[in-house]
Amino acid sequence: MNADAPLLQMRGITKRFPGVIANEGVDFEVRYGEVHTLLGENGAGKSTLMKILFGLYAPDEGEVLLRGEKVSISSPSDAIAARIGMVHQHFMLVPTQTVAENVALGLKSKRGVLTDLDSVSERIREISEEQGLAVNPSEEVWRLSVGERQRVEIIKALYRDAELLVLDEPTAVLTPQEVEDLFVVLRRMTESGRGLVFISHKLHEVMALSDRITVLRNGKVSGHTVPAESSREDLAQMMVGRAVRLTPERPIVEAGPPRLTIRSLSVTGDRGTTAVDNVDLDVHSGEILGVAGVSGNGQRELAEVIAGLRDPQAGATIDLDGMSLLGVDTRARRDRGLSYVPEERMRDGAIGDFTVSENLILVDHGGDQFSRSGLLNFGAIKEHAAALVERYAVKTPDIDTPTSSLSGGNIQKVIMARELTAEPKLLIASQPTRGVDIGSAEYIHERLMEQREKGTATIVISEDLDEVIGLSDRIAVMFEGRIIDIVDSEDATREAIGLLMAGVTN
Amino acid sequence: MSQFFTLSILVATLASGIRLAVPYLIAALGETIGQRSGVLNLGVDGVMLLSAFFTYWTVLETGNMWLATAVGLGVGLVMGLIYAVVTVFFHATQGISGIGIFLFGLGFSELMFRKQVGAPTPVDKIAEVDIPLLSKIPHIGELFFQHDLLIYFAFGLVPIVSFMLRKTTFGMNISAVGENPQAADSLGVSVAKTRFAAILLGNLLAGLAGATLALQLGLFQGNLTNGLGFIAVALVYFGAWRPTGVMVGALLYGMVQATVNQLKIQGSIPQSASDIAAMAPALLTIAALAVLAGRIKAPSALTRPFSRA
Ligand SMILES: Nc1ncnc2c1ncn2[C@@H]1O[C@H](COP(=O)(O)OP(=O)(O)O)[C@@H](O)[C@H]1O
Ligand SMILES: [Mg+2]
Repeated sequence: MNADAPLLQMRGITKRFPGVIANEGVDFEVRYGEVHTLLGENGAGKSTLMKILFGLYAPDEGEVLLRGEKVSISSPSDAIAARIGMVHQHFMLVPTQTVAENVALGLKSKRGVLTDLDSVSERIREISEEQGLAVNPSEEVWRLSVGERQRVEIIKALYRDAELLVLDEPTAVLTPQEVEDLFVVLRRMTESGRGLVFISHKLHEVMALSDRITVLRNGKVSGHTVPAESSREDLAQMMVGRAVRLTPERPIVEAGPPRLTIRSLSVTGDRGTTAVDNVDLDVHSGEILGVAGVSGNGQRELAEVIAGLRDPQAGATIDLDGMSLLGVDTRARRDRGLSYVPEERMRDGAIGDFTVSENLILVDHGGDQFSRSGLLNFGAIKEHAAALVERYAVKTPDIDTPTSSLSGGNIQKVIMARELTAEPKLLIASQPTRGVDIGSAEYIHERLMEQREKGTATIVISEDLDEVIGLSDRIAVMFEGRIIDIVDSEDATREAIGLLMAGVTN
Repeated sequence: MSQFFTLSILVATLASGIRLAVPYLIAALGETIGQRSGVLNLGVDGVMLLSAFFTYWTVLETGNMWLATAVGLGVGLVMGLIYAVVTVFFHATQGISGIGIFLFGLGFSELMFRKQVGAPTPVDKIAEVDIPLLSKIPHIGELFFQHDLLIYFAFGLVPIVSFMLRKTTFGMNISAVGENPQAADSLGVSVAKTRFAAILLGNLLAGLAGATLALQLGLFQGNLTNGLGFIAVALVYFGAWRPTGVMVGALLYGMVQATVNQLKIQGSIPQSASDIAAMAPALLTIAALAVLAGRIKAPSALTRPFSRA
């Protein structure tokens, strides 16, 4: 034990995967009581570095020092014994078990072979009180909200007395309010001397929480900084390696006639309640209409009903270029010029086990271009796929890689590429850049703008207010299924939209 | 119908149903443990055949039923070791490896029988043990308290397995490893060891099921089980991966079989109707799945090998 040494030092870490160098000579350090942010695009190597720390991967080169002493961590058990805790990017929870069972997993029980869930629950209650992490120990995990699940993950680490806590993209799945609550908890944890590694690519969060920032790009450290000395644009530049526009340029486009006309649209939601309540809406050619709202106020149902995945209640009108879309299946809607980028990319937008090239032709495979009398023309498909991968800068080893192994941003680019090559008349994009790195987000924004100039009518549904304001010509705010106001984006401020999202009109 | 089913015939049929249910019950409990840890074992039937043969052979040679039971358990253990090494350490596809085990058991048990025994030679069956006093209660006694020890043991296993799965750290590890092996691994629970142990336990019970069959029938012949082990696998689905559910399924199946047997004896239905009984578990399982569909799901990691990177 060396009193002056930092809590963690990783030196010269290199990790190679077949075809990729995920980490190359990375140095990283965490002091007691600080939040040290690892910032980087998807695929930059952040998770890999932390998995090496946690004993999930063995580094090819480099060394790890904890509290000044060289350690060899070759399994999660070693990491836990060394008081390292990790909240993984994909939650590591057993949904069928209770919170207490999840926390107790892998621990020695005081009652020998029998579980000691009562005493575990007791300790969980203590921790949740001390740290402000409200959670019910006897609840089954599958019933919990995403925010609650994350609290369970943090409690799991604290229960094992973690002194160094790694949080891999903890905010990716949280609502803004949950993020704020989380930050309060994390701050409190550093006050007791714990060191935190925070991984994110949301710049305003990084600025708000970090003491220090280390930026990774393509597996290498591309810079160190502290929030006071850098702007968001500086951080973005370190991440991407070039200057990045955080808000897209929006050239003036003369909005054309309405392409999408919606009248008296009501939709029944999953729970049988009215999810969309008597909505009237026009979206014009060459216009991006942003839909803002707190998640669960009918945005998803609105998108799904236009895309044909859900039926409206009787009496509604949905016309595209004057032709009704009602009673027309999804396939026929596509043929009439509708493209849809769904919110749940992996569930609704792509087939994970399919290769990149297969996903790129997923909806067009029946067309003459790719098949002849029912047989797929692999030559044409490969050519088309390779061209799209290049044009959309999809980061993938090759076009035959299973799509599920790509990062979220790159999966989104694949879907965008597929949907936009259809040259849609109407495009619905749900959360187009959620979980997407800024380089890809900038790219997706540019493509949306390009489409706008070509006269597409676009609906962008997003919970990211900066994105909605930056992209849209007009912003419709949804609250409890109704569109409570539509504002021109020129006049829109975050605050005004925020109030409308809370249902406050004047 | 009523003149065919007097009370005493009904009781005798039900008692026979309970007895018939037992090999299914034991095998399905073992399969439940394995599947809860994420490992499907389609080789149960083969393990049962091997264990039934060696149990029978031991009785034939020594006359010692306890030794024979131990041999049957030993066969289960050895087959479990093989299956565990193949699926856990070599990440072999579980469906295929299980079928391999089945085919091996089917062929090898028949081969051994022909070489070592040759002609079907009956041996003593396991004796019934009447529970004092209780067995004297009219009808109830015959139903529940005039059975062999293996039957009492099999039903005793239901709460034991259930308790093991729900109240012990081992049981927690099993279901964690079957639902989300990555999560278990990230907390230092060894997925390999847990699955290994679950497979051994499951096969031990498959061995016991085979031994039970041989001891209850007092004979052996090629393909003695006639697919019983596969029915046991189906019963795990029917029972929604819960020991009590599996027991209900096994009992239902035993009862259907006993009823068909009784009706055949009475001549109410033709001899060929064993086909109906053979279809019963499939029909039961489909019916149960139709009712339960969406409410109960299989362990998420079932049939999926685990490795870290
Ligand atoms: N298990 C793995 N096998 C092969 N390649 C991997 C594996 N894990 C990560 N990679 C690759 O290593 C690079 C870094 O990935 P990762 O550390 O997950 O990035 P980040 O967390 O910064 O998004 C990516 O190119 C990714 O595809
Ligand atoms: Mg990551």
